[in-house]
Amino acid sequence: MNNIPIEKIAKATPDSVARHIRGLSDRSIAWIFVAPTIFLLLAINIFPLIWTVWLSFTNSRVNRPNRAVEWVGLRNYERILTDSDIWHTMQATAHFLIWTIVLQVLIGFMLAFLINKKFRGNDLWTTIIVFPMMLSPAVVGNFWTFLYQPQIGLFNYVIAFFSGADSASFSMIGDVDLAPWAIIIADTWMWTPFVMLICLAGLRSIPNSIYEAAECDRASKWRQFWTITIPMVLPFLMLAVLFRGIENFKMFDLVVQLTGGGPGNTTTLTSIDLKREAFEKWRTGYSSAYAVILFVTVFGLASIYVKALNKVKER
Amino acid sequence: MNDFINGLFRLRRGPWEMVASVLIALGVIMLMQPVAITLYTYSFIITLTGTVMFIVVSHFPE
Repeated sequence: MNNIPIEKIAKATPDSVARHIRGLSDRSIAWIFVAPTIFLLLAINIFPLIWTVWLSFTNSRVNRPNRAVEWVGLRNYERILTDSDIWHTMQATAHFLIWTIVLQVLIGFMLAFLINKKFRGNDLWTTIIVFPMMLSPAVVGNFWTFLYQPQIGLFNYVIAFFSGADSASFSMIGDVDLAPWAIIIADTWMWTPFVMLICLAGLRSIPNSIYEAAECDRASKWRQFWTITIPMVLPFLMLAVLFRGIENFKMFDLVVQLTGGGPGNTTTLTSIDLKREAFEKWRTGYSSAYAVILFVTVFGLASIYVKALNKVKER
Repeated sequence: MNDFINGLFRLRRGPWEMVASVLIALGVIMLMQPVAITLYTYSFIITLTGTVMFIVVSHFPE
């Protein structure tokens, strides 16, 4: 028995027995671990996406399950893309998106720059500044509704104090011109700390030795800021813009709580309009087409933005 | 400019990604601009073309 070569024994062993002895291959084990995740991904992300695309070509209404669903081709897309109300909603979203990002990045970066300096009470101030971010959007919405009250609101009182105007003479959430700014101010108050934290991480990742070398070369503080600080924080800033851009494109809760999309439809953002079409008017096919248009827009924008971010990181 | 056109003819990733990015950006601007509803009407097809193109050309060689 001892004289038989090991290869011969291995070849003589039936496949089923050999498999049992060897146990599972590394590949099989990897598949067992990965399979639940892939299944969940398909069930939660991919399937609803494909289902939505299919629904967007139909006249489906989920509140009428017994009605036959008809294929309507591109009619839903045609209606949405020729609807002037939705066009205005897109403009309101763009206004909200651009101004919140600009203000949050500017104020967030300035706060991070200040907090990055060593001073007494630094940690306490960081906690105080970060506080709004920890609140629920519903709470922030309610809170700002009271602040914007024309008679008793603190916001109106402060504006009246500095401008000399009567505090009851204007209403931030009731005025067509001021309401878009009311939601921008509330969102900026809530989410600037998030941008600040990301910028702070960027500022703290810059080694001191670079500033020391710049000092040796007699670079001014201004030059150090533009040639060291900004380029090294830029990837972090871009990441913050990406996060806030995606979040604000689907902004819903805070705005509903504050203005409910009004007055008129001046603060009706796309997500609010989409929800109304889908769950108040129950136009499932139409709202699916709306959702697909928004998805393609965000996906396209995110793709080119991530490419730009990678280029900045490579520098 | 010559490199860009040569890259397009030789199906290189860089120039084609640039074209796709410009289409996406143009589509988004058209979607959200307040000037003409006609631009808004054709915005989605341009964004969709750019996005699909971006996905395809990102598999082209460098």
